Parts: sequence; C-alpha cells; structure tokens
Amino acid sequence: MAKKNQVKRPAASSKFEELMTGTTVFNVPLPADLKTLKGMSPIVIRQPYNIDYIHSYGQDSPFFAGLSNKKLLGTKCPKCDYTWATPRLACTRCGGETDWVELPQTGRVHTFTTCYFGGEEFLKETPFHLVLVEFDGVDTLFLSRLLGPEQPEDIKIGMKIKAKFRRNSQLKPTDVYFVPAE
Amino acid sequence: MRPVYMVSGGVSKFAKARPDATFQKIVKESFDYAMNDVPKLKHSMIDGSVVSYFSDHFTRQLMAGIMAVDYLGLCPKPNKRIEGGGATGGLCFQAGWEAVASGRMNVCAAFGFETMSHVPTWKGNEFIALASDVNFDYPVGGFYSGYYAMMVNRHMHEFGTTVEQLAMVSVKNHMNAYGNPYAQKRRKLTIADVRNSAMVAYPLTLLDICVMSDGAATCILADEETAFKLTDHPVKITGVGTGTDMMRMSDRPHGEVLLAPNEKKSDYGNLKYPGVHSFRAGRSAGLQAYRMAGITDPLKQIDFVELHDAYTSSEIQTYEDLALCKYGDGGKFVEAGYPFMPQIDYGMKLPKKGTLPVNPSGGLIACGHPVGATGLMQAVFAFWQIQGSIKKHYGSPELQLKKANRGLIHSHAGTGTYVTVSIMERGW
Ligand SMILES: [Zn+2]
Repeated sequence: MAKKNQVKRPAASSKFEELMTGTTVFNVPLPADLKTLKGMSPIVIRQPYNIDYIHSYGQDSPFFAGLSNKKLLGTKCPKCDYTWATPRLACTRCGGETDWVELPQTGRVHTFTTCYFGGEEFLKETPFHLVLVEFDGVDTLFLSRLLGPEQPEDIKIGMKIKAKFRRNSQLKPTDVYFVPAE
Repeated sequence: MRPVYMVSGGVSKFAKARPDATFQKIVKESFDYAMNDVPKLKHSMIDGSVVSYFSDHFTRQLMAGIMAVDYLGLCPKPNKRIEGGGATGGLCFQAGWEAVASGRMNVCAAFGFETMSHVPTWKGNEFIALASDVNFDYPVGGFYSGYYAMMVNRHMHEFGTTVEQLAMVSVKNHMNAYGNPYAQKRRKLTIADVRNSAMVAYPLTLLDICVMSDGAATCILADEETAFKLTDHPVKITGVGTGTDMMRMSDRPHGEVLLAPNEKKSDYGNLKYPGVHSFRAGRSAGLQAYRMAGITDPLKQIDFVELHDAYTSSEIQTYEDLALCKYGDGGKFVEAGYPFMPQIDYGMKLPKKGTLPVNPSGGLIACGHPVGATGLMQAVFAFWQIQGSIKKHYGSPELQLKKANRGLIHSHAGTGTYVTVSIMERGW
C-alpha cells in the first residue's frame, strides 16, 4: 500500500528496451506446404554497419587551429562589412571571399535549450545545454554548449556568458564552450 | 506550362515498424491503392515517375528509388529520385507537377517512402542530426529536437508564445487523428498530458514531437484532358512554391520581414527577421504559391491546411510564415480556436469554432513521419478532403470538412532549409 512520506524511488521499468543483441541461429524451419509461405512471419537479422571517415575541415580548418590556441575565429566580408561568428570563407551576401578575424570571448545567450535525449553519440552526455551565442559587433550567431547552470530555468536569454577552452584540444567545435560571465 | 491535376492517391498505414515488408512492398501498397481508386487508369498510361526517400542511412541500400520503380513495373520509363530532408515528399510532389506541367509526361506517378524502424530511435536521431553542418553543428550535440527547441525559446522570448499554446496543437492533431485509420498515434490528450510527458529538449516534451515511422504514399498526377477522362473529380494544383534557407541557424539573417500581400512594413516595427524564430523559406514558398494561385488573403481564401508539424512549435511558426496570422500571433491563433475542426470535441473550451482547420488528418505528430512519404501523404489526405471522399477512404465521414474547395499542403526540411507549399483546388 502506498503510504504518505514514502521515500521517492524511481519506478521499475514497465517494458523491456529493444536490444540489438540476440542468439546466433543457423537454420529456421520451413513448412512443407509452399502455399502457407505468404503467411510466414518475417526473418529479421542484425546487420552491422561501421565506417571511419577521413574528414577534412577544408577551408574551415583555421577555426579549429584557433580553438586549440584558445582563440575564437570568425570571418568578415571586407566588401559588406559583415562578420560571421560561425566562419565561412564565402560571403553569401555578395559572393566575395571573407577574411579571418578574432571574435570577442564574451557574448550573450541569444537562445538556448536543454537536451534530455539526443542522437546515440551524445546520449551519454545528456542532459546538456545548447546555446546560440550573440557577440557585440558580430552579425551572426555561434552554436555552443553552456556549462554551469543546472536547470534550463537558470538560463536567461540575454545573459552574459564567456568562452572557455579545453586544455587538451580535441580539434572539435566543442573545444570551446561557454559559462556564465558573472 | 499546362494545368496539372491530381487524379488519385494512396497511403500505406503508417506504423512504428513494418518488419513484414521491404520498402518496395510498402510503396506498392500505396501505389495499388491509388491505381484501384481510378479504374480507368491503366498501368500502361503512366508515362513515368518520380520517387523520394530521405536517407540512405535508414535504408542501408543505395539506389533504393529504382528498386521501388522496378517493383512497380515502371521500367524502362523515366524516373528520378528526389531528396531534400524533411521536405523530400513535398519536393517529390512538385517534381511530379513539373513533369506534367512541362508536357514531358501526361501521367506521372509520384511516390515516396521511408523505413526508419531499421535502427533504434536514438541512432535514428543521430542520422537525422547529420542533416546539420558536420563541421560546426553536429559535433556540438547534434539533435534536431534541440535545434527546434532553441528556435521556439526565441519565439517565446520575442512574442510571448506559451508552452500551453504549443500543447494545444498536440491535443488538436492527436484528436483529429482519432478519426483517421491511417494514423500511427490516435490518442485523446489534454494540455496537462502534453506538459507532463517526458521532457526531450526544453520546452518540448515527447508529445510535442512527431515519431519515426515506416510508410509510403503515392500521388498520381495528370494533364487536364487525361484527368477528366480518368475521373469526374480531379483536384487541380493551382500554386507551387519552394523556399530555402541557410543550413546553419547561426547564419540566418536578422533583417526585414518578407511581407505578405495582407501585411505592411509598419506591422513589424523593429522585428529582426527571420532570426531563429521564423522560417524564411516557409514565407518565401507561401508567397510564391499564393501569387500563382491568386491568393491575397489566405485566412479567408483557403479552406484547410495540411502542414509539417514535426514539432508543435513549427506548426505555430508556420501559421505565421503562411500569413494565416501576423508574425508573433501564432500562439494566439491556436488559442482563439481558428485551426481546430468545427465538428470535433477536443475536450477543452475554445473561444470560437474552427474556421481554418489545420492538419485535419492529424498531421505528422499523430499520423507519423516516414520522411520521404510525408509530403505526399499530406497531398493524398488533402486530395480526399477536396474530393469529399473522406468517408470512402477513412470509413467514417467524421473528418470530412463541409467546405473543402481549396487546401494548402506544406512540407518542411531541417530547421527550415527547404520548404514547399502547394495549393490544391476542386477541379470540376
Ligand atoms: Zn559580402
């Protein structure tokens, strides 16, 4: 019987999770009457698919070199005077080539979310906060992780945040992350 | 360009998993349904086809398109595969329209599918997240629900939209689907149910987000002369529009609103547009389709809408993109009751009866979202509404709208990168 003041414990799961493991089977039965085959249940097998890609950051590479040297790099179009916080070598406004510039390391939360689930690769890191960062004098935004606040309610749009860098670079955009500035 | 009509459609019942069939057979179910619905259409009259599916990762089969085509017996006639993320099905529908409008084909079959059950849900979410920049966005924690959640948090900040308004969309669409036998999820919900379900990406809960599905859909399109030979009730496609936007949300401009015919610059003061709160591609696609169809006041001139509600938030944002209400008024639009069906009891008090039902079929949230089929599914459901044949196809007239002379279908890809809008009208 449920009592008041009972210790709150997580509920036992009500269903089994689908697993990608199973038993190795080398044969299945086949009925003698071929007319019954259309009613046969489907045979489902596991089919692994693993690939290592050789991925080049290409023209975006200087950004990652910047991160490993604790600098946040964007690009600026000399013609449009437009600064991209997430760098791109081609200005989509005029079609011209942009130049690399250093961005400020403090900005504000333009918007945010807290992910409680995610793609399989990031599932073990949940929950985590994503933010789009805005910087003074920069025309576009930058996607990053926000560390520090415990709950989404602790994050406010417009709040000041500052960049932090991993000591050992992974050459990933997560080499930089943000924390509350004050 | 010549007028194009839809003469028939078919949908496989969308399901979480269809281990009983490969994708070819699921496509054939929808194709056969469409063929059987117009007995005068002989297989030999089909001049060619277009086929759509989103992800080779889900299928683990390259060139799955041609395998569907050969299964249907449409070789050696022309075909091509169409792909554009979540808007894949909508783009395929328009590719079929192009084939007939150009005169290349008199009859074109447009079909699409997705079989997403081949991987577990979170692996599927990883595949979908690969539809974001793999240099800058995916590695930060790529998750589409997270991207849309960031967009709606900004929408709430700009315009005061509430989570209860989002939840109303979920209640509405799930309830509509209750009368749709093709829908994957048919549930009677309350606003509290939506808010109390598991938080996925703040503030979006499990019931604010569509699920993954296995399914297929087929539309048969024809020129005017052939259409009227085949059926007394063809549906004319009177407008098409396709918009695009930059993949990285961070790159979206903060400029001026693309104004609809029923709006003026002074409506928007200092609003920075589209930012990350609105879908510029949706507005662009809508304006193109409205111009072509001669629509200047969409709220009054359209009878119903089937739109891409992969998230409850995107339905609210899309009301605005389609100029059914002004930018910022999407939350109030649903709260006032406009997009509800007048004949359905939603178990909540609404200030007014629905005047412009949105997602009478149940939308993606309740019907499911087998990506390559979704935009075509919307066309089929809209086609049946306009024909007045809902009873025949759903087995019950409950979801048949009294006035369904002109409908709008809307298909949308990754954070608004591709959006298609097509206008369909009673052709007889
Ligand atoms: Zn420029």
